[in-house]
Amino acid sequence: MHPPKRAEATYAGRFVLSLSFQDLILTLHHYWSRQGCVILQPYDMQVGAGTFHPATVLRALGPDSWRAAYVQPCRRPTDGRYGENPNRLGHYYQYQVVLKPSPDSLQELYLGSLEEIGIDPLKHDIRFVEDDWESPTLGAWGLGWEVWCDGMEVTQFTYFQQVGGFECRPVTGELTYGLERLAMYIQGVENVFDLRFNDVGVTYRDIFLENEREGSEYNFEVANTDRLFEAFRDAVAECELCIERRLPIPAYEQAIAASHVFNMLQARGVISVTERQAYIGRVRDLAKAACGAWLERAA
Amino acid sequence: MADFLLELLSEEIPARMQSKARNDLARIVAECTAEAGLQTGVIDAFSTPRRLVLIVRDVAAASEGSREELKGPRTSAPASAVEGFLRKTGLQREQLEDRDGVYFAVVERTGRDARDILADTITRIVTNFPWSKSMRWGVGSLRWVRPLHGIVAMLGEDLVPVEIEGISSGAATVGHRFHHPGPITIGSAADYLEKLRACHVIVDQEEREQLIRQGSSALAAAAGLTLLDDEALVVENAGLTEWPVPILGTFDPEFLDVPREVIVLTMRTNQKYFACTNDEGLLAPSFVSIANVAAQDGGEAIAHGNSRVLAARLSDARFFWEQDVKIPLEEAAKKLSQIIFHEKLGTIADKVERVAKLARFLVQRGIIEADIDEVERAARLAKADLVTGMVGEFPELQGIIGGYIAAAQGEPRAIADAIREQYKPAGQGDEVPTAPVSIAIALADKLDTLVGFFQVGEKPTGSKDPFALRRAALGILQIIIANELRVSMRELITAAAHPRGADAGREIAGFLIERLKVQQRDSGIRHDMIDAVVAVEKDGDNVRMVRRVEALQKFIDTEDGGNLLTAYKRAANILKKEKWTGPAVMSSRAEQGIPQTGEEDPLVLVEEPGLKEAVAEMASGQAGADLPAEKALITALDHAEPLASAAVDAEDFTAAMAALASLRGPIDTFFDEVTVNDTDAQKRERRLNLLLRFRDAVNRVADFSRIEA
Repeated sequence: MHPPKRAEATYAGRFVLSLSFQDLILTLHHYWSRQGCVILQPYDMQVGAGTFHPATVLRALGPDSWRAAYVQPCRRPTDGRYGENPNRLGHYYQYQVVLKPSPDSLQELYLGSLEEIGIDPLKHDIRFVEDDWESPTLGAWGLGWEVWCDGMEVTQFTYFQQVGGFECRPVTGELTYGLERLAMYIQGVENVFDLRFNDVGVTYRDIFLENEREGSEYNFEVANTDRLFEAFRDAVAECELCIERRLPIPAYEQAIAASHVFNMLQARGVISVTERQAYIGRVRDLAKAACGAWLERAA
Repeated sequence: MADFLLELLSEEIPARMQSKARNDLARIVAECTAEAGLQTGVIDAFSTPRRLVLIVRDVAAASEGSREELKGPRTSAPASAVEGFLRKTGLQREQLEDRDGVYFAVVERTGRDARDILADTITRIVTNFPWSKSMRWGVGSLRWVRPLHGIVAMLGEDLVPVEIEGISSGAATVGHRFHHPGPITIGSAADYLEKLRACHVIVDQEEREQLIRQGSSALAAAAGLTLLDDEALVVENAGLTEWPVPILGTFDPEFLDVPREVIVLTMRTNQKYFACTNDEGLLAPSFVSIANVAAQDGGEAIAHGNSRVLAARLSDARFFWEQDVKIPLEEAAKKLSQIIFHEKLGTIADKVERVAKLARFLVQRGIIEADIDEVERAARLAKADLVTGMVGEFPELQGIIGGYIAAAQGEPRAIADAIREQYKPAGQGDEVPTAPVSIAIALADKLDTLVGFFQVGEKPTGSKDPFALRRAALGILQIIIANELRVSMRELITAAAHPRGADAGREIAGFLIERLKVQQRDSGIRHDMIDAVVAVEKDGDNVRMVRRVEALQKFIDTEDGGNLLTAYKRAANILKKEKWTGPAVMSSRAEQGIPQTGEEDPLVLVEEPGLKEAVAEMASGQAGADLPAEKALITALDHAEPLASAAVDAEDFTAAMAALASLRGPIDTFFDEVTVNDTDAQKRERRLNLLLRFRDAVNRVADFSRIEA
């Protein structure tokens, strides 16, 4: 297999190499595959970030080595803008890479991936700017940076210290690329919907504009909140059942489900500020219990 | 003698942590070498995003040997005491010496090779560095701020060998991440800085800061613009770059209808760009960013990319602004009843009520001359911007956004200004509001915060001050003093107190005095001067107090003042030593705890007609004065006392000090020529009374006993 060819486009008044959205993904797949990563497919559940994939959360726990890369569609109901904002989406893609234990050359490997997709570090300003990562719903935190390319955040770079309330030993290094942003940068477009999805004329607009419109309307206006509350309770109950039966993976999936329902309830504006903390705490407890069960089973 | 070089190469250290890290590094090395008895010269610490660097000049080849004797417990002491002593000294019991029933330990240390000491020092630094946040990586258990990759440690031209968790010291490091990623071999401290510079790394942060400062200004100037100075941003950018290159970029002038502060803050906080102004002082649609690379295309692509990112940020900001300005502040203010200010102090809407009432009081009471309707309206609109999208995005713009919205919605300028200035001053050196409506709102808001939090027991402790009460107190003082508001602190605290809250007036007053000391310290006023004045200024009129303190310190710094203080201390010491509290009548009052401010007439309490004259004489100390120096002091006091009192009443503290100055000669002569402790009991008593009178006369102007010599 060979990496896909790059199309040429004009950028800042000159010809530069510029990848389509799908070639960007394929290029990253090839690159990380060469670094020994398992190239996984997206997880088949609704999540708010690529981190939620069990290939990151559960695999970050315990002593075993692990390397994986995958695209994860992310749903953030509150970020939806009915397709009217050029920079915000309620559904978008992250490219996620996890390397465990984090190698000494992780930064170099990452920078290699940027060069691979056409970002020349002697022409652009690449910087590592402090940004510590924390996920209250996963009981997880780590230290790292957001990586800037000419002032734009293109990647979140984190060394996991804890997941599900448990110490990570060895430490997992996590890279999360914001694919749309990165593609907008590489292609030099100002509106996410103008992104070339491939090199034969299909744009991001063609594929996702209607999704954004309908998704926003559903998330903000239509979703039945009674049923959502019920779904939350159901997910919690299923999770607890799975934990009781020592089934950490299904338990974790139910925690993810609860988390997404919570995000939907947020978008519907039916959770008050004080309740919010309680809901987050509830999901965290589920995630922690699933992580604990996973560790026990592995031990 | 040789120079020691230490470089700790890591992944990017957060910019905000670098300054403390440099200080800690230098401190630990100074401590370790001092403990080991290793002589060194100057210690310099540097930082870049990827390295902490230390250069210690003139390190001795070895530490000096030492012999130390430590006295221990008695030989008869319990075993546990002896064991403790053994642990402390690291000796065995048979190594202790028994000297007349007491154990002594003689700890002898031979000189150690400097390289061994430095290796230990490096181990201590790497395994025990006080990072505010640190992490593990890979499979190791070492902690550092981000993964640590290399240690360069050279003493002179020799390697200082050390190995910590698989990281061995060596002579090799790397240059700039992109310009020179390959290894560089360092010869010694002497060539380190230059070798790194040749590889696009400027190790000295001050040099990078200077490059950023000058380069950015020059770039702006070349475009006919002026850079908006921002020293914190200079330091932050220096902490983000090893090879800083200023780049000029532009943004669409259409964005300039967004409030200036929003644009500046968006650039500063989100992008770390410097803002520029044009020759009229208006914000220009340009910025300077600091790249960490000398780009092959001269920075064209970087400038273009930076502009794009900023445009996206500014269109977000403009969206918020346009939404916010549509909603009348009065409408927005209604939502304040849903935001909790503090669980025991109610909602923001409750706070608005209290501030409005307090601001009205300030006007009605004549402390501030302002239009009461404007004050009321300003207070009611002041917090409305807390529910705007813009303040949600940039909380530090609270007040400023409200001010802009008020102006855009046609509120009178005094009200818009008062909303904008309500949080001012935000610390020492910040602008203090001077417009009447602004003063009323800014003062009332801070008073309510300070008094309220004290009443519910949320006081600052140590370094913790989550509600910024120190800043609020300082702001109160700054507003009162700068605007010469004549009001007693007690009255203000009472007016701001929640009727159902706890009584915290005394505590708040004390807290304010402490803040006054801190505030005045910056203008060179000593804290003991403030104590001396506070002791005689009971009602806490800060304006009066500060005037008095300033005059006092000026006086104490003069020769007359210094000598008078010495004489005062001498008099006070004699009185203390003799336990002399005055003639019978006076002392009984003192015992009852009535403060002797000297302003009460001691004769009031004297009933016996025949005694009156004698007591009066005794109290003045005049009866039977026989030495010229005594008489001269009495005459001087007779003259100075009324002058000083009148001057204090007229708040002419310079004149009050001048009156005291006139006592200096007579009191000095008195001490030269008069023996206080005369064998004649009557003389002794008379002279002690005279000293007492002198002391009290001085105390009426300021309590000199609180002034440190």
